[in-house]
Amino acid sequence: MEKLIVSTSPHLRSTTTTQTVMRDVLIALLPATVASVVLFGIKAAFIVLACVASAVLSEALFCIINKRPQTVGDLSAAVTGLLLALNLPAKTEIWQCVVGSVFAIIVVKCLFGGIGCNFANPAITGRIFMLICFAKVAGGSHTVFADVTSGATPLAAIKAGEELTPTLTDMLIGNRGGAIGETCAVALLLGFIYLVLRKVIHWETPVIFMGTVFVLSLIIKGDLNAALYQLLGGGLIIGAVFMATDYVTTPINRAGKCVFALGCGIITVLIRFWGSYPEGVSFSILLMNILSPYIEKMCAKKPLGGVKNA
Amino acid sequence: MFGFKYLGNTHVPHRKNTAQMPAVKMPPPDEVLLHVAQNIGAPAKVIVKAGDEVKVGQVIAEAGGFVSAPIHASVSGKVVKVDKYLCYGGQTVDAVRIQSDGLMTVDESIAPPVITDLDSLVEAVRNSGLVGLGGAGFPTSVKLAGAKNGSINTLVVNGAECEPYITADTRTMLDDTAYVVAGIELLEKCIPSIESIVFGIEANKPECIARLQEAFKNDKKVTVKKLPSLYPQGSEKVLVYNCTGRTVMEGKLPSDAGVIVMNVSSLAFIAKYAETGMPLVERTLTLDGSAVSEPKNITAPIGTAIGKVIEFGGGLKEEAGKVLYGGPMMGVCICNLEDPVLKTTNAITAFNKKDSTPAKETACIHCGRCVSVCPHSLNPTEFARALNVEMKEVRMEKLDAAKVMLCMECGSCSFVCPANRPLVQNNRIAKAELRAYLAHQATLTK
Repeated sequence: MEKLIVSTSPHLRSTTTTQTVMRDVLIALLPATVASVVLFGIKAAFIVLACVASAVLSEALFCIINKRPQTVGDLSAAVTGLLLALNLPAKTEIWQCVVGSVFAIIVVKCLFGGIGCNFANPAITGRIFMLICFAKVAGGSHTVFADVTSGATPLAAIKAGEELTPTLTDMLIGNRGGAIGETCAVALLLGFIYLVLRKVIHWETPVIFMGTVFVLSLIIKGDLNAALYQLLGGGLIIGAVFMATDYVTTPINRAGKCVFALGCGIITVLIRFWGSYPEGVSFSILLMNILSPYIEKMCAKKPLGGVKNA
Repeated sequence: MFGFKYLGNTHVPHRKNTAQMPAVKMPPPDEVLLHVAQNIGAPAKVIVKAGDEVKVGQVIAEAGGFVSAPIHASVSGKVVKVDKYLCYGGQTVDAVRIQSDGLMTVDESIAPPVITDLDSLVEAVRNSGLVGLGGAGFPTSVKLAGAKNGSINTLVVNGAECEPYITADTRTMLDDTAYVVAGIELLEKCIPSIESIVFGIEANKPECIARLQEAFKNDKKVTVKKLPSLYPQGSEKVLVYNCTGRTVMEGKLPSDAGVIVMNVSSLAFIAKYAETGMPLVERTLTLDGSAVSEPKNITAPIGTAIGKVIEFGGGLKEEAGKVLYGGPMMGVCICNLEDPVLKTTNAITAFNKKDSTPAKETACIHCGRCVSVCPHSLNPTEFARALNVEMKEVRMEKLDAAKVMLCMECGSCSFVCPANRPLVQNNRIAKAELRAYLAHQATLTK
């Protein structure tokens, strides 16, 4: 008989791995991806392909050049690429997509030590980088169905004091201006339900984030309709469901996640109503990312039976 | 302060394949090996020598201190050797090898003890060699002696059996219900300060819950509490909290919270011992795991080689990669099939090669699963970070502040970790280092 293997307990591991978690996120993003192609045409598919491919390739190359273990197999680079793509408007040039993806992966993630070590969400930071560099990214673009001539997104229109063109139903199914993946609320909420059911994320973060924006808008505007536009407009849903729930850049404890979401909601409203940008979701998440370690410390649970050290 | 606190827990697979199988009694093996490290506390002291004739139930090693328990011959026959044995914990201890004559002659001194009060109960339990049969192996007489000052008002009976595979306690509750009841009556009689008795049983054992509810339907003091089937309900502090709402503080024992916790099999054994006077010489264990061909419950003499028990149980269907004392969550690997069944061996789990291969470790993704499953609300990633601190004083300070000593090594964090990080394994290293450091600090200040 061969020798027995000896190790310390536990001798059983759950079947969830980093890869299955990331695969679930990709599956959850599938409805939004399909919706983006349906709503914005074949250009959306090219954007998605360009972002995912360049994200995965740049991580693979980084690992090879630096002689580090290959990490693209965990699918996190693909998630970053897809999330970034869905946050870009259809008129973004393909080369811009590539630049944004490479920035997100190399600068924001790999240079900080790869998966688990970055302090800011790569997709969000990549998007903000593109927003600052390329004017086109900020404007938003129009769906193939909407026959309005204005290129402004609903939030930009609200900010400029223009008449709102898309109806609330349009907002729900995504027939409005904006980034390719952020407009279809129904598809994103499907993804949200899937992630909660698969226990990939807790429900609190998205609900508190979106709830805070909704309630604060209602208080400030005093109008239910206006608050609903704030809820469905811009990148709030995709940000709340997929970006504010990122593991690496948010507090590790559940209470901390709730505080994080609340902070995101407040900053988003501040930027939307009083800031110089029509949309504040990305900035709010990035700002809260920076505060994450402190929130985590503040919200640590008291251990059961713990005695305060003298 | 804010009422009930929800303790972290996790779904581990139950795999209670043997729940419907009453234990099969194993015939005496040719040889038994009884080593003295069978309980928490001081090891027992061997009092026999090679060549001695021994009978079943005869003391072969005396308790080596207050927190200790004697060991009895589990077969009749001749002591062939008294030597050293390298046991699973890594320490080398005295061990007695007895060659069985196959007759199982019972020692003449075996007679039912006279138990009238707590003192005589403690004395009897001490002579019986009983240690916590759930797996920890704390000498039961010491636990009972803690009730002498009258501070204990609650008895919690541990029938949670939250580890996968193991059904030894399940079978005790079903097959030895009468002994469980008798054990309760005995303890009630001897510890008059007990006001209430709570049975904690996981919901995945509805038969046991029904059986005990039926048995105690006229006893107002006893409640049978259905616990959720979530690991680790059977951990002492978790069980006390979930059954009584009391918190056992850091560094304290359940008795400090007025509670005495008894494993249900230990309880049944006390009643059996009161009736027959036969000390702890055999135990029921579950043989299961992916390499085992016929999972079953077996009652084997203590000291039987694990390999022999597996053989009796029907052997292995494929080559074993790992063989454990206990279940997969907290079980300890043995490195040798000669290792004997101990008093605390509630299961033998044998895994095939595939299930024994360690998973590849990847980077922490900060997902927080370990934090949300920890029953003590600890943060395993904080320990891992603290362990990386170069300077010893700072490292110890950080580990102490993060309360690593509260970790009872249930393994939930490592179980759920999607990156397969060695979290509880880190905690063990941290605890050992911190314990040594604090002890050293204490000697310095003296």
